Amino acid sequence: MVNIIWGIFIIIGISYSIITGKALIINNEIIASGTAAFDLITDMMPLLVIWMGLMKIAEKSGLIKKIAELMTPILSLLFPKIPKGHESIGYIASNVAVNMAGLGSAATPFGLKAMQKLQELNPDKKRATTSMITFLVLNTSGVTIVPTTIISLRMMYGSANPTIVIPTCILATICAGIGGLTLDYIIRSKNDNN
Amino acid sequence: MTTISFLILPLLVLYIILYGFKKKVNIYDEFLLGAKDGLITTFKIIPNIVAMIFAINILIKSNIISDMFLFLEPYLDTLSLSSEILPMTFLRSISGTSTLAIMSNIFKDYGPDSIMGLLASTIQGSSDTTFYVIALYYGSIGIIKNRYALGVGLFSDFCGIIASFLLVYIFF
Repeated sequence: MVNIIWGIFIIIGISYSIITGKALIINNEIIASGTAAFDLITDMMPLLVIWMGLMKIAEKSGLIKKIAELMTPILSLLFPKIPKGHESIGYIASNVAVNMAGLGSAATPFGLKAMQKLQELNPDKKRATTSMITFLVLNTSGVTIVPTTIISLRMMYGSANPTIVIPTCILATICAGIGGLTLDYIIRSKNDNN
Repeated sequence: MTTISFLILPLLVLYIILYGFKKKVNIYDEFLLGAKDGLITTFKIIPNIVAMIFAINILIKSNIISDMFLFLEPYLDTLSLSSEILPMTFLRSISGTSTLAIMSNIFKDYGPDSIMGLLASTIQGSSDTTFYVIALYYGSIGIIKNRYALGVGLFSDFCGIIASFLLVYIFF
């Protein structure tokens, strides 16, 4: 599916620009998009290095395991395939908590670590497990209690009440989460082969 | 509420270090080991991010998405909305930075407290960038067979966007 969508994006983008006479813009974009990608990576790399370092300490000291044991009762409902107290639960819980606080980019290292731990449980390393997909759905719906970026932009543009959107944001992201998790649950229970 | 949220990371770092001391972990050595992992992970995801940004930026810069929604303009007037909001609904799953840019433009043109501004804020908050999350997380561990993740992710975004429209009309 990603293969097709990736190709379609490029085909549509280039053909449409040529038809509408914007070949120059797309020419420049093809040259510049690599830079844009590397800008993103340079933003992310320091965070990953620091947090993966800190998490190694937390893993060694048993902190991640402790969080995992605490969160197992709740998260095992969503992730029935993960063994009780497995470290991946600890990382999933940390990822969700940091996401909820609205610190999206700081949540990424936890999410990547959770994926690595889920991969250890995966018999076929090239194929996603149902637990991975559930985790991705939980992540893409972006459960956020304090949308920090949105609030600061609202402040910047002189909103009389920057935080007024918090309730609608929370409810909307809960709807997204419930919708995604429900569909995920339906598909998962229909083809229950890991 | 935002100040509380900015306390979370500092407290977390403090707790990790103190807990490490308590359990007599060689914290500096372990940090270095983990940091090395972080570097390796970054290198693993570079191709995925470059590939995603390449295709997404070509699509966005062609302007096809904004043009596509122009013909809906007359219907939007009845809802006191402008067509600027629609590309956002479509782009939310694809590119977080471009929806953020659209949101800033809407704030500038209509004000953050207008119905347009409130709706843009809610749509932005309703979901995370599905394409990016999937490329990043699968790429980091070398998953090739995505299975149904993208479909479910997009469905979840769709629910979030429908909910945003309804909620903004109920609340404001």
